[in-house]
Order: sequence, then C-alpha cells, then structure tokens
Amino acid sequence: MTDTYLHLVNHGATRTVAKKLGLPRPPVLRRYEPGAPLVAGPVLVAGRGPDADAVAQHLAGPPAEGGWDLAVHRHADDGVRYAAVVAVLTEVARPSDLADPALVVGGVLKGLLPGGRVVTLSRPALPDDGPALAAARQGVDGFLRSLAKELRGGATGNGVVVAAGVPVTAASVLATLRFFLSARSAYVDGQLLEVDADVPAGPVVADEARPLEGRVVVVTGAAQGIGRAIVETLVRDGARVVAVDVPAAGEKLARVANAVRGTALQLDVTAADAGTRILEHALARHGRLDVMVHNAGITRDKLLANMAPDRWSSVLAVNVEAQLRITEALLESGEFVDAPRLVALASTSGIAGNRGQTNYAASKAGVIGMVRATAPLLAPFGGTANAVAPGFIETEMTARIPPVTRQVARRLSTLQQGGLPVDVAEAVAFLASPAAGGIQGRTLRVCGQNLVGR
Amino acid sequence: MSPSATIGTPGTRVGDSSGGAGTPGGARPAYVLGGNRVPFARAFTAYARSSNQDLLTAALDGLVARHGLQGERIGEVAAGAVLKHSRDFNLTREAVLGSALDPTTPAFDVQQACATSLETVVALSNKIRLGQLESAIAGGVDTTSDAPVAVDDRLRRTLVELQRARTPQARLRALARIRPAHLVPDAPSASEPRTGLSMGEHQALTTAQWGISRSAQDEVAVRSHQRLAAAWDAGFFDDLVTPYRGLTRDGNLRADTTLEKLAALKPVFGKDLPGEATMTAGNSTPLTDGASTVLLGSAAWAAEHGLTPWAAVVDAEVAAVDFVHGEDGLLMAPVFAVPRLLARNGLTLDDLDLVEVHEAFAATVVCTLTAWESDAFGRERLGLDGAFGSVKPERLNVHGSSLAAGHPFAATGGRIVATVAKELHLRRRALLADGDDRPVRALVSVCAAGGLGLAALLEAA
Repeated sequence: MTDTYLHLVNHGATRTVAKKLGLPRPPVLRRYEPGAPLVAGPVLVAGRGPDADAVAQHLAGPPAEGGWDLAVHRHADDGVRYAAVVAVLTEVARPSDLADPALVVGGVLKGLLPGGRVVTLSRPALPDDGPALAAARQGVDGFLRSLAKELRGGATGNGVVVAAGVPVTAASVLATLRFFLSARSAYVDGQLLEVDADVPAGPVVADEARPLEGRVVVVTGAAQGIGRAIVETLVRDGARVVAVDVPAAGEKLARVANAVRGTALQLDVTAADAGTRILEHALARHGRLDVMVHNAGITRDKLLANMAPDRWSSVLAVNVEAQLRITEALLESGEFVDAPRLVALASTSGIAGNRGQTNYAASKAGVIGMVRATAPLLAPFGGTANAVAPGFIETEMTARIPPVTRQVARRLSTLQQGGLPVDVAEAVAFLASPAAGGIQGRTLRVCGQNLVGR
Repeated sequence: MSPSATIGTPGTRVGDSSGGAGTPGGARPAYVLGGNRVPFARAFTAYARSSNQDLLTAALDGLVARHGLQGERIGEVAAGAVLKHSRDFNLTREAVLGSALDPTTPAFDVQQACATSLETVVALSNKIRLGQLESAIAGGVDTTSDAPVAVDDRLRRTLVELQRARTPQARLRALARIRPAHLVPDAPSASEPRTGLSMGEHQALTTAQWGISRSAQDEVAVRSHQRLAAAWDAGFFDDLVTPYRGLTRDGNLRADTTLEKLAALKPVFGKDLPGEATMTAGNSTPLTDGASTVLLGSAAWAAEHGLTPWAAVVDAEVAAVDFVHGEDGLLMAPVFAVPRLLARNGLTLDDLDLVEVHEAFAATVVCTLTAWESDAFGRERLGLDGAFGSVKPERLNVHGSSLAAGHPFAATGGRIVATVAKELHLRRRALLADGDDRPVRALVSVCAAGGLGLAALLEAA
C-alpha cells in the first residue's frame, strides 16, 4: 500500500539520482491537519467585476464577519509567490473575455508555491445562453482542465460552477471554494463541481473544525480501506458514527468502532431488511440519522465474454441495488429529514469505463445516476445526494493488482500517484457537511486528474 | 438421599420470583441487553496461539463495539475459565484493562466448571436486582490450546525443597532425587479427581444406566448441527458473534452431517462397559477454544444507552448430585435443579417456549429428558405425583447447542444465555405484533463437573 517510488524520488540520495536522470517525480501532497492555515501564503483573486470584488472581500474579510482573513491581492505583484489563485470568471460574456484573466493566472504559475491552488469560479453554459456566452462559459471547462495538467509540485486546479441565480457568495459556493483551496482536496484535480442552489449554511457550529458536531452518520463497508478512512474523517469533523460491514469483517469493524467511539453494526447490505436494521440501530443508539454514506462495494472483474451470471449480479447487488433499497427505507421512514446528506461511492470506472469491469462500471455509473435522481427527493428536507468517484486509491484492494500494472495505474494521472483513502474521505466529509447543501446530485472525482474520462 | 430432601430445599435463589409483581423478574429486573462471543474453534486450530486473556478481551471488545461502550465504566464484569494458568488469577480484570472499557471498571473471577458463565449471569443479575449495580458484563472463556501444563507432583516437591536448601550439599541431595519419570508433565485432563474417570466415561455410565440408544444420541447431534447452521445462514448471529483471528463461524459446525455419517463413527467412551458402546466423537462435544460475554443492565441503564432489553433473568437454581457414592450420574444435577426452579415459579415445562439443555454429550440431553419423562423417577426421586414432564423437540435447543458450536467450558453458559435471550425478544415482538401479550419464557440448564447443575429462568422483556 505504500508507493515506494514516490518515496524514493522525494528523499535522500535517490532523489538526486532521479532528478539527474529526469525521471518523473510525483510530488508529496500536502494533506489537511486541524489547525493548519487554509493556504500557506498570499492569494491572488483574478477577474474584474462585482463578483470578483465580492469574493476578494470575503477572502480578505475579518473572521468576526465570517471572512477568511487571507492576504488577498487583486493585482499580480512581481516576485510574489502565491499560494493560490482564484479566477472569478462568472462575468465573461464572450470567449475573448477569457484572455485577460487567463493570462493573469498564467503569469503567476511559475511562482506558485508547492501545493498551490488554482480555482476558477464560473457559470454553466446553458442552451439559452446565446452562442457567444455559452462558448465563453464552456471555454472555462477546457481552460481549467488543461491548466491543471500544467501544474507541478502538488498544485491542483479545480473549478466551482455556480448555477444561474446563485450568488458567488452563497454558502455552498464559498464552502466549495474553501474545500478546493484547502489541503482537504489534495487529490482532487482538474474537476469542476456545480453548485446548484443557494441554501443556508446550516446551523452555526460552535467549533468550525467540527462541522458535523451532533450529526449521526452511517458508513457501510467501514471495516477497512476507504470506509475506515471515511469513519475516521467524519468523526474528526465531529460526527457520531455507526460503522457497518459484513459479519465476516466483524473483527476489523469492531476495532474501527472502538477507535472512534462509534457503534459496530454487522450487516450484509444486500439483506432485504438492511435499511430498517440500519435505521433502527441509529435511532435506538444515537437518536437520529443524518448522513448515509454508501461505501460498501465489491469487484468481480472479468471480460464480459467470460462473465458468469453471479459475478455480474453480485457486483450490481452490492454496489447499487443495496444502496437503492437502503435509501428507499430511509426515505419511507420519515426519519431522514433534518437536512439529510447521502453520499455514495462511484468510481472513475463508471465514468471512463474500464476493460474487464463491465459489471463494476455499470454499477458505479448507476450510482452516478442514482444520486442525481435522489437529490430532488431529499431537497424538500434541505437534503442532498451526491457521489464521490475515486480514481486509483492506495488500498488493500488495489494492493492486490499485479505490481507492474499497479505502477502504471498510479502514474496515469496529473499528480502521477495514487490517492490515499483519506483523500476520498475528505471529499465525502465535505459533501456531508451542512455548508455543502447547495450541491445536489453531483459526482465529484477524487482521482488526481486521471488521464481517462472527464 | 430421600426424594423430598432433593426437591425440598432451594439452593441459590435470584431475588423474588416473577409470580407476584407485574414485571417479569420482579420490581427491579435485571435484563439481558445483548451479547457477544468469538466464533468457537476446535482446539489447536484458529486460536491455537490465543490465551484465555486474548480470547476474553476479544469477546469484550466486540461487545463494546456493538453497544458503543468505549470508555464506559461498567458496574462490574465477572467471568472465568476452567483451564486456567495460575498467573491468570485476575483474568477478568486483566481482560477489562486490555479492552476498550473504562479501566476503572471492576471485575472478579468465577469458576464453577462448565456452569461458570451461567453462574456469572446469575450472580451479576442478583446484584443488579439488589440495586448494587446498574450494568454488568457476564462471561467466560476457555482454551484447551493454551491450557496450563503442570509438573509432576514429585518434581514440584523437589523444586520447592531445592529453593529452601541453604547448602550446596542440601541442593545436591534434592536434585539427586529427581527421576526421569518426574519430568513428564501432567497434561490437563477432564477427569474427575474423586473417580479418575473422564467426563465421557462418566456419561457412558449414565448412558448405560438409562439405556440410551446410539440413534437417539445421533439424532440430537444431527439436529444440533442443522439448527446451528440454519441460524448462521439466517444471519441470527450477526449481532451475537464477532469474528476473531480469521474465523467467521463456529469451527466445529458440520452443516452437512447426516445420521449415516454419524453412524459410521467408532465409539470412544464406554468401550469397557458391558453392553454396546454408543458414544462417539460425533455425539460428544470436542475440546474447544472460545469466549462469550453477556451484557446485563437495569431498565434505566438500558434506556440511557439506547439499548432494548431482550429478556429478564427471573430466577435460578443450583443442584448437585452425589455421583461418587450415589445412584445419579455425574452430569444429572440439572434433572433436580429444574423441577425445583419451576416449582418455585409456579411453572411446568409446558409453560416454557424455549428450553436450552447444554449438550455436553448428546446422551446427557437424552438422559435428562428421559428422567423427566419417567413416572418412577418423578415419584421416587423428584417427590412428584408422576413424571415431571416432557420437552417438545421444537422448543429444545432451537438454534443448536454445544454439539455443533463446540464447548469451551466456561464460555458455554454465556453463549446460551445471549442466544436464547435474543430469541425470546424476537418471539415476544412477533407475538405482540399479532396482538398476543402473553409471557414468553425460556429455561437454561447447564450440567458441570463435580456433579453440579445450574438452571436459570428467563422471560422476554
């Protein structure tokens, strides 16, 4: 599970050798630590107009007024090394309007600090925008994805796409911007995440580092790997957790639950009464259920031509049918109504496709469709449903991939390395947070900008 | 021993009986709130490298995880082991200190042979009912794989003398007395100190005394395996067992066993007795490693912790038989304990929805039921007007018992109590859903070495 190559090219004598040989040197990514500053230096806000001014003002504003207290520049100063660039492109009207902000961003890239951030704010291109406006808005998509591929040193580029009618200072827009700026999004790269609605940021929490304080979360597949990281991350953010996994994984599950003072629920998610049992357990033990994380998943890879019926159906049963049934039980119960959050695990295989994974990709693409259609069902309660699509993540599951294939898979992304389970967990925690209420039915990739798919 | 003396005086009694008060278990009932055990393993298999303390700690940690008791100070934990190293004098307390429970949770050890963990359930329930405790964990553990091996008594005396010796000459004199034969360690055995007979040979005597057939025993064994397998398949143990060391189901379970397969086995006990030897490895329990725990609490404590009471521990009765000089077999004490227990509670066997008779051997179960069905035994030994009664097969050991699960001596009572308490809860819930508000009761009966027998009465909460 450790990426030895990544270690060698970044440490000691082997680092020098790798540098001399011109070997690809994937960077060591900066990851979130409670108490660390949001960004490690000054922030340049590029773009002209009221939106850019409002964003700059919020970033520089005093904490007492909800501002982030960052060192914000509105013009690129020579010789200044920026930690982040925020390009506010919501007011572009024609493709030619992109020139100025794009070139301003370009001018500071060489001086971007390690682990730097470029974040665009833009509007989605819609059919009734008019051709020039739509071209400009869609242009941001290609600009950002290509820019992200040029970044080095663990820097990432991501975009917030703000739906029509939603102000750039809406709670969820700022929350998404903050997530992209922070080390929580270490392995999220080249992604554009839509914010669909301007919903209140939720109750003000006493401790800003614990946005999930008082919330009760259920995580399936919690005994190891990504599931365990999700449990640990959500607990760090203040949640109380019900950790669910198959009875056979009970020993590891008990260890996870005991480490975070949660409760362990041994359960096969494909059981007909899984939803009821989850709900009963959460209500009895913790009094409520606020966040459902559908993480349990399996792979049964085989070329379709050689696919046995049970390999196909078991993958679909665990990865998407079980999620649908459990969600349905929660919806019917009338207990999943206090700004509920549903976060499901999709996969880049479900977006780009993967040879030998027709079953898995069908299930994971299914998840993407599922959350899109579930979001409107939860919206009346201030709820959301979203998916996280991991790329290559260093887990016990991917550790079983043959070594050469594994090495290749790791490097096939802009960040040239696999992600860690915590990277996926951070994205889940973000989507589960009260401030992400405006993101509805979306799928966020955590893939280091994997070279396949969008 | 006169019949009236046998049935007359109650032994251990848990608080008041369920008779008068409206709540099962009296005014301040002690409830079974849940349980956890590790899958039981045949000796020298999955847990070959685990100690009693490892196993008990694992069972505790699983219980803590399931019920969210991390850092919780439980009123008291009681458990024990039959095969115990002398260094494990504080086994339960040490297991608590190694678990996720609050380290200020007190504990004590109990040893009552195979009745150990049932006895801890009874003792702790008593304390809860008296108001001395709000919560408790009962349990037991045994491993034959890590059993203490003792040195020969002659060698032990020599070593003690050697330590006492002051002069080199005295030391040499002591050492000179050691003979090669003294160096052979005493392996642990399940033989009775007063008779030298193994438990199996004792049961073989009783089996012959009651004329129990091979086929009757094999039927008990097959049913045990089939029922335990069905319970595993149905997910019944999802919230009763936490896997350990890669073992996810009871290692002794043979779901595919049949009467034909069992009939092919050679007898292992009673081969020197006149008449046919009927007891085989298939209808006797194997040496087993495992640990079990039961979470107990008052109604208030359960409510505070969001836990649903499964069943009240209503009453218990202990008995002993004089197997050395008398006519009763080593494992027949429950035959006397149960009638006394039910009489005190104004109940008969027909009033019980579930009856758990620990399957030390299939023959133990059949002997027990046969004695209860015997008019002569009922009149002459139990002081009744006739037979004590019979137990319908569909109420007996409904999810299998020790023949299939295995029998880690001190852990068996905990396994049975948690299993039957959950079943009581499910049955009561189903009946209530149908508008039927009748009491649902279970009997747990465990025989033990030394001619001991312990029985407990539970009622669905």
